[in-house]
Amino acid sequence: MSMAIADVHEVPAESRVNYLNATYGLKSWLLTLDHKRIGLLYLATITLTFVVGGMAAVFMRLNLIEPQGALVEPETYNKLFSIHGIIMVFFFLVPSIPATLGNFLIPLMIGARDVAFPKLNLMSWYIFVTGAACVLYAVMTGGVDTGWTFYTPYSSSYSHTQVIAAAVGIFIAGFSSILTGLNFLVTIHKMRAPGMTWFRLPLFIWAMYATSLIFVLGTPVIAVTLLLLAAERLLHVGIFDPAIGGDPLLFQHLFWFYSHPAVYIMILPGMGVISELITAFSRKKIFGYSFVAFSSLGIAIISFVVWGHHMFVTGQSLYAGLVFSVLSFVVAIPSAVKVFNWTATLYKGSISYEAPMLYALGFIGLFTMGGLTGLFLASLATDVHLNGTYFIVAHFHYIMVGGAVMAYLGGIHYWWPKITGRMYPDLWARFAALIIFVGFNLTFFPQFMLGYLGMPRRYGIYPAEFQVLNVMSSAGASILAIGYVIPLIYFYWSWNYGPPAGPNPWGATGLEWTTASPPPTENFEHIPVVTEDAYNYPTAEVASE
Amino acid sequence: MMGLIQFGWSGLTALAAMIPMQPPAASTIAGEVDQLYYLLTGITLFFTVLIFSIIFYFMVKYRRRSADEKPPEIHSSLVLELAWTIIPSLICVVIFVWASSLYIRNSRPPVTSTEIFVIGKQWMWHLQHPEGPREINELHVPVGVPVKLTMTSQDVIHGFYIPSFRIKKDVLPGRYTSIWFEATEEGTYHLFCTEFCGTNHTEMIGWVYVMSPTDYSAWLAGSEHSEPMAQQGERIFNHYTCGYCHVADGTGRGPSLVGIFGKPEKLSSGEMRMVDEDLIRQALLLPNSVPVAGYAPIMPTFQGQFTEEQILQLIAYVKSLGLQERANQ
Repeated sequence: MSMAIADVHEVPAESRVNYLNATYGLKSWLLTLDHKRIGLLYLATITLTFVVGGMAAVFMRLNLIEPQGALVEPETYNKLFSIHGIIMVFFFLVPSIPATLGNFLIPLMIGARDVAFPKLNLMSWYIFVTGAACVLYAVMTGGVDTGWTFYTPYSSSYSHTQVIAAAVGIFIAGFSSILTGLNFLVTIHKMRAPGMTWFRLPLFIWAMYATSLIFVLGTPVIAVTLLLLAAERLLHVGIFDPAIGGDPLLFQHLFWFYSHPAVYIMILPGMGVISELITAFSRKKIFGYSFVAFSSLGIAIISFVVWGHHMFVTGQSLYAGLVFSVLSFVVAIPSAVKVFNWTATLYKGSISYEAPMLYALGFIGLFTMGGLTGLFLASLATDVHLNGTYFIVAHFHYIMVGGAVMAYLGGIHYWWPKITGRMYPDLWARFAALIIFVGFNLTFFPQFMLGYLGMPRRYGIYPAEFQVLNVMSSAGASILAIGYVIPLIYFYWSWNYGPPAGPNPWGATGLEWTTASPPPTENFEHIPVVTEDAYNYPTAEVASE
Repeated sequence: MMGLIQFGWSGLTALAAMIPMQPPAASTIAGEVDQLYYLLTGITLFFTVLIFSIIFYFMVKYRRRSADEKPPEIHSSLVLELAWTIIPSLICVVIFVWASSLYIRNSRPPVTSTEIFVIGKQWMWHLQHPEGPREINELHVPVGVPVKLTMTSQDVIHGFYIPSFRIKKDVLPGRYTSIWFEATEEGTYHLFCTEFCGTNHTEMIGWVYVMSPTDYSAWLAGSEHSEPMAQQGERIFNHYTCGYCHVADGTGRGPSLVGIFGKPEKLSSGEMRMVDEDLIRQALLLPNSVPVAGYAPIMPTFQGQFTEEQILQLIAYVKSLGLQERANQ
């Protein structure tokens, strides 16, 4: 962009005051109001929760190597998939990109010194940690076996596990989402640098804006739902259990009213990241800026009216089924528009293949598959057969892992030099990206086939004819696990020994690349003045046309 | 070297042969659902291959050749944006119409269906034939006959799923759901619970035996069973002296139950309600919530006094009253 870049090249990162070395000691981190440090606090926290959720998945896949269950009793298996789902959804995917990269980048990208409410921001992290601690308590004291969906009346009247502790944990963490969303909305509205108009914003900001809307509007519903669940479980108020006068499907309506938009909480930020990566590594302006921007908002809005597609086989009325089916097809369109625009952005670009770009391209492919397989489930007649089977498991892992986690890793790699001021070994990073791509597909593609064959999800013991595909899936999972460990190692190395990155190692546009790496605590020496659109990469004279 | 390749190839084909690709298709709707499934698979493959090929082509063609390379400026194109909004939308409309019409057709059981009752409980399936036989985790049905399942749960939500028939429906406590199928191939097929229902959810599985009509009749006759469900219901009806009020000729303190099933009944609120399984259940357990027009709301509640099985027997009895009436006409 147009402002002069401070001549930070000559000064080694260590001798310059930045947000990492401005103050020292545990207290300086735990009481920090700096959005960048809070982003790193979240990064550390969700890396831990990812490890816990991932370990549960490892044990599940190991168990499924044999039809009779190679490792654990069904009771334990049920707790494993419940913990895997609860941790990964509420304590990894929901906060993943918004709380880490969003916190770190929103002020930097819009040219602000911090978020609108720094104290609220720190409080959000403490609330999140408290929620996570509740869930860990539930795990330690016997676990929970309801699945992440907590369907009633099983969860409210029948399960003998730590349902309340887990629900309270999610309830508490919800406030962290709401406050973070509020903070981001106000920040994006009120704190943009002079000249940073709405249509000059990077698309990551648009995506975070749409995500924040869902945070604020959707999260209260899940909070209330879990409160009602606790009321029925503890006080026997008849809400969901028909034995005491409740309606078991009411819970599913309320739960999915939040939890379907929550799927977009997980994927929209990823889409924002991908728009940044594709443009940076093809040195191109995004194709169809306003279409990509408004498709984020469109997805956020429509996502609130598709929840009933989770309930096609619950006995909801035929007409409700038809309405939710058509709306589910509608929500697919803006996602398709994004995929086409990203692909078109590559056209006549100057494309390079550093690790973040590999993640971005992997994202497009896997998200395309995840999205298209969603059509099988939006279609009423096929959903009847596929609902509740491994087809669903495969579909949403293509979106959540193939989509959201790939984007998260791509984003972490892309902004790592900005966050730490250091580079990582790109060859290793590319290798890890490849391993993850291969491992992911080997893990989850066979699950599409298992689902069509009729294998139900949440089975710790299964008929022998499904074994070959399960073994393939488990083999893939072990490759995937290795792929996830490699980055932990080279990032650790890079943090300590990586070569200095300089302010803009990728030659990317965006205000965050105009300040030093790592940025100073106040982000910019002078608040920048923006005079150009986003992604204004230098273009050649039109000679080759 | 060739040997090694040959060995590898034969290994791969052997592995491929071990992977099942297709579940048995053993009901009248299975083939139609599969056709839609293949169409969707085709669309998925087409667009996945399309996107992957374009990306790979661009990756190679437009790879960065020098560090200071500057790409030409490409302007956004409204025509393209509209094209890739409208074309997928049209494809979606086609899929929606196909899938929905198939679904609507599949959700209406033929009037000639025979009825079997299903009760799900942690962690087994109870299946009851109107003729009397009861089964646990096994369902015997004749080939070529439409069968309607009326299902309820005794505790939590279960999911009734026969993959080879491509049918599934959740089984809920406190109300009835139903599905139907017509088996086309004799054989033995999986029956799964697909809604997580607790510790032994994974073992709430069973078998469906599709038999020829003669084998099925032999099985019905040979299986040890009590009297037909309607007769059992009649005994409950008499034991609780329901007939004291529900007099057949309509002169009692309660409405006559003869021939009411499947017909609309006027409630004292003026609302018309179809007399179905759910209404009978509600009238038994919460009678004051559905007072019938013209009758005083004096029926006592039977909440907690009947098992799910007994309620189904009473329903079968009320249904049979209608059939007797029709037969007499």
